[in-house]
Amino acid sequence: MMAPLVRDSALVWLASGVVGVSFGAISVAGGLPVWVPVAMSLIVYAGSAQFSAVGVLLAGGGPLAAAATGLLLNTRTAAFSLAVADVLGGRSRLARFLGAHLVTDETVAFTLAQPDPVRRRAAFWVNGLGLFAAWNIGVLAGALAGTALGDTARYGLDAAFPAVLVALVLPTLRTDARIRRCALLGAALALAVTPAVPAGVPVLLALAGLVRYGRKEGAA
Amino acid sequence: MNATVAVILVLAVGTYAFRLVGPALHGRVELPDRVQELLSAAAVVLLVALLATGALTEGGGFAGWARPAGVLVGGVLAWRRAPFPVVVLGAAGAAALLRAAGLA
Repeated sequence: MMAPLVRDSALVWLASGVVGVSFGAISVAGGLPVWVPVAMSLIVYAGSAQFSAVGVLLAGGGPLAAAATGLLLNTRTAAFSLAVADVLGGRSRLARFLGAHLVTDETVAFTLAQPDPVRRRAAFWVNGLGLFAAWNIGVLAGALAGTALGDTARYGLDAAFPAVLVALVLPTLRTDARIRRCALLGAALALAVTPAVPAGVPVLLALAGLVRYGRKEGAA
Repeated sequence: MNATVAVILVLAVGTYAFRLVGPALHGRVELPDRVQELLSAAAVVLLVALLATGALTEGGGFAGWARPAGVLVGGVLAWRRAPFPVVVLGAAGAAALLRAAGLA
């Protein structure tokens, strides 16, 4: 059971490591000291919120806007932690507290894709611990190499993170027409308001797309 | 620098509190199926909005053509069920090539 889990997880780790390198490099290239992306990755450990918070900081948006943006983006981890609560439950208090820190978009998606409870539990820990290691090693490497890399846009790394999300949500969008309708409306709303509202708000407004969810399959 | 430390700490504590919601509520509150369904739909809606704004916008404006083109290449690869790293590196590589060719 473990070998295929590790093999499939390794792909997620590699991708996240690459994104981590870009996070470290972008932060340092923007003028932040090396410890900022490294500490953030260890204790915040939420890729998109880290990118947004650092983006706001580097754009001169101020600490309050940076923290608010990151927190707004991370409200979704509450929904994600509920989705894997059964996997985290039933173990020691320490395991639950540790496991909660490992709740990320990628690990939750990977865990929920497993067919039975035993595999789900194994998948959560294998994928989650490996992802934590890969992300933090990637960020450290990127931060140390940051100034040497120069302008990271040259490597197209800014396109990597949206691509990670595409790969994660595509299977659901393919098979579930109700969620697809909601997601398309939500994304259109978010794009429409982006020029007018603070960072982080567009994504939350996208939740209005859920009005298209409807009550029953095929009813809407 | 103190402000940066504050940002990191507030983000860390707040994010961890969100992550504890699941383990804290598990076994105490039984969520109706309808709510659970909406929660998982909400998660996907958030992710798609995040990818759309991340692919197309930068600092409240248009991000230029190279990034969305790169993400599109990643999307096509994902649609054709290419492995995860191929999708990610394909997107970054395409954006990098377009920039090298002079496209912003």
